[in-house]
Amino acid sequence: MNTWPDTLFQLIQSVLVVTLAPLLLGWINQCRAWLQNRRGAGPLQPYRELHKLFHKEVVLAHHASALFRMAPYIRFGSMWLAAAIVPVLATDLPFSPAADVIALVGVFAFSRVFLALAAMDVGTAFGSLGARREMLVSFLAEPALLMVFFNASLISHSTQLTTIVETLSHHTLMLHPSMAFAAAAFLMVLLAENARIPVDNPATHLELTMIHEAMTLEYSARHLALIEWSSHIKLMTYTTLGIALFAPWGIAQAGDWRAVPLAVAALLFKLGLAGAGLALLETLSAKLRLFRAPEFLGTAFLLAVLGLLTYFLRIS
Amino acid sequence: MLGVVGAIAGKSTSWIQRLVFPSSALTSLLLLVISLLALSQPVDTLVLPLGLPGLPFHLRLDDLSAFFLLLLGAASLGVSLYSAGYFRAMENATRRLFCLEYHLFLASMALVMLADDAYLFLVAWESMALSSYFLVTTDHKIPDIRRAGFIYLLIAHLGALALLLCFGILQGGHGDYAFAALRNAHLSSFWATTAFLLALFGFGAKAGLLPLHVWLPEAHPAAPSPVSALMSGVMLKTAIYGLLRITFDLLRGQQPWEWGALALGLGLLTALFGVAYAAVQSDMKRLLAYSSIENIGILLVGIGLTLLFHTYRLNLLAALSLAATLYHSLNHAFFKSLLFLGVGSVLHATGERNLGKLGGLIHRMPWVAWTVLIGTLAIAGLPPLNGFISEWLLLQAFLFSPRLPHPYLVMMMPVASAALVLAVALAAYVMVKFYGIVFLGQPRETKLAQARDAGIWERLGLGWLAAGCLFLGLAPALVIPILDYVTRFLVGDALGSMATHNWLFLTPVLPERASYSPLFFLGVIASVVALTFFAVRRMYHGRLRYSDPWDCGYPETIQPRMQDTAEGFSQPILRIFEPFFHIEREQPDASTPRPRYREKIEDRLWRLLYRPLIRFTDRLSGGITRLQHGRIHLYLLYSFLTLLALLIFVR
Repeated sequence: MNTWPDTLFQLIQSVLVVTLAPLLLGWINQCRAWLQNRRGAGPLQPYRELHKLFHKEVVLAHHASALFRMAPYIRFGSMWLAAAIVPVLATDLPFSPAADVIALVGVFAFSRVFLALAAMDVGTAFGSLGARREMLVSFLAEPALLMVFFNASLISHSTQLTTIVETLSHHTLMLHPSMAFAAAAFLMVLLAENARIPVDNPATHLELTMIHEAMTLEYSARHLALIEWSSHIKLMTYTTLGIALFAPWGIAQAGDWRAVPLAVAALLFKLGLAGAGLALLETLSAKLRLFRAPEFLGTAFLLAVLGLLTYFLRIS
Repeated sequence: MLGVVGAIAGKSTSWIQRLVFPSSALTSLLLLVISLLALSQPVDTLVLPLGLPGLPFHLRLDDLSAFFLLLLGAASLGVSLYSAGYFRAMENATRRLFCLEYHLFLASMALVMLADDAYLFLVAWESMALSSYFLVTTDHKIPDIRRAGFIYLLIAHLGALALLLCFGILQGGHGDYAFAALRNAHLSSFWATTAFLLALFGFGAKAGLLPLHVWLPEAHPAAPSPVSALMSGVMLKTAIYGLLRITFDLLRGQQPWEWGALALGLGLLTALFGVAYAAVQSDMKRLLAYSSIENIGILLVGIGLTLLFHTYRLNLLAALSLAATLYHSLNHAFFKSLLFLGVGSVLHATGERNLGKLGGLIHRMPWVAWTVLIGTLAIAGLPPLNGFISEWLLLQAFLFSPRLPHPYLVMMMPVASAALVLAVALAAYVMVKFYGIVFLGQPRETKLAQARDAGIWERLGLGWLAAGCLFLGLAPALVIPILDYVTRFLVGDALGSMATHNWLFLTPVLPERASYSPLFFLGVIASVVALTFFAVRRMYHGRLRYSDPWDCGYPETIQPRMQDTAEGFSQPILRIFEPFFHIEREQPDASTPRPRYREKIEDRLWRLLYRPLIRFTDRLSGGITRLQHGRIHLYLLYSFLTLLALLIFVR
């Protein structure tokens, strides 16, 4: 561990995640367009939008504080950190002992709280509306997410992602019914946490129904670009986390360079599949009312608890 | 050791008011250093020929007391520094009295932690309650404050009574109340459980455990802010100290698993209750008081988990959850004191406690705002600050719960941990509300434009506490060895070198199992932030223009009053947890000529528990007054009948 090739590989992996993140979103949007009989703007559209936003001049409200200007950078930094922790291509990288899954949830919470505070900074009605809704969804999602991790850690006796992935990928033949429940719960949490349908609608133009978008209404240009990009990374990280937990086949060991091409291919294949699946799911469902979100996330929680119970019943 | 305590009390009569608080801060620093040194030393005992003849005061400085003294010293250093600036405006006579009570309070807290016999413990406990009562009622001319003080005193005494009985049981008929004797008294399991329940009640009353929490949200807003800070940051911890002392030291080796389950369940209830009520408060200090209830709940969850592991002799895991509990007590002492002091500064600068009348203070009071931001992030349990570490450790302990040999417990534990996470996540919601409404946005009142930032002493106090939050968050590997002394003393095992095998990483048990590195967190985030900042400027540009807020195209109509109020922000919570609250609503329809909207949220327990209790007590005392007619011959008859009854009974 902590040798130079490993560190280099770690850097390559996180850069890859960060740069590929807009592509995943573009792919989801493209799939959705196809499913809805539209032509779509192509999977590269998010890059064009980011480029456009970075070119623009920042327009800042008169009484915005330093916190408002810091928040996009901090969010971007913490998402980068999250992307570095999840084993996307290989396990046991130098950054992986820095945090386990619970700390990963902490990173997400950190960036979310900063954004929520920034949203309240300008003092518009929509900003605080978005902030409180985002915090609402997150506090409902976190217990369910923890239950999912509880499932995974029961099998692998660890919350360290490297260990979880290694345990689960070596037990491919051993079917864990509890993980099926956990996977369903995780999917629901993923949708809620990333502001996707049915909890939030990322494409909405109606301010009153917004959750995540309402927080970023006052942001413009490079700040907005960083926030958008962070959201892409967040979606990417969640998806790769799901892959690492529930479909860890093909992820290489650290230092095993020969496995890397295969790992990249497997990752691209799985991401493509996951993106298409998400698009299908979003096409088939409609946005829920805000106060149905507790039921939605409560279902996720119960599914994860059912997973735990099946695990305990199996061993007893 | 006692010299330190004496110095605190002695200084208070000094006339040079300006020197008092700085010197008490110095004493606190001394206390901090001494207790840090005492941790690695063997147990120190001292018998003082004070008190009643034949009953000398026993003092003892072991690892547990040293740790809590450390907490006391660390938190009171910040609070005393702050108080040096805060009480300038107070009139002289009140201030002198205040100084005396303040230092008496500190000294008696130190004595509680040092006491080695039940007498001294209770004497110190009572003087702590009384001095804090007088501190709470500093502004005794206001009726509400007198009422708050009364509730506090009442519940404190109920608790003290339970403690008295508890010690009575603990001594097991020997009549020797020194802790050394109590340790050796062998109790039957029934009496041990009774003692535990009494201790839980007695210390729970002090800590604000459900359903004895009612004094907290009343007393904290009533007291001056540094006093609230001390009460919440340190005094609640004396109850935790007492509970640890009795369950793990005095009742050593006889803990059935039901105790742990009871403490755990009660802790979870308290945590959820506290945080749900904190979410709907619109008074800053009440909000923080309810959040203290939540944190006490979390601490009790930790104690319960430790008890469970300890019962089944899983000592390493017991050490893990105990370390989490102790870490959280230390954290809470820092961030809650910090927040209360910050609130005190806001109160001083604006005269406003209501969240709905504040806002935008980050521009007027940057020092307070940025230090309080650290406290806010810490209490919300976010990495890389300190609140996260203790919660992370506690969750790690929960993840080990399948090792318990009790199938029902194993099945219940994950759900308990989920409830804990719910409380923690809700705390983040509460803190976003608190910080966002007080410091961010636009000022909701015009008078806020005159708000002035804190003075130099206040900044020092706030800065010390904020630095403590950062230190505890970033260097857990330096803190764990301190906690190890206590865990080794109480549960016979410690996380040991495993936790700190590499100073950068915190690995509670095994590196393959879980690890966390806060410095790494900060490093990566900071470097990415710096890199992005420069990269964006290099590849694109850094142009910036100021304008009106966009607000979806309605910038002309925007008013500060259109921002969320505290009530607005907590509306989703109120709606989701509606059965939790007792809500009185007055919502006239649109046709009412002069509509008045009102919403009052009341603690359900007042209605369910306290009101019936009050009615019952009233009726009982009404019945007793009937005996008193003021006629001497009736009283003579009573004495005669009593005598007769006694004679029959004794014979």
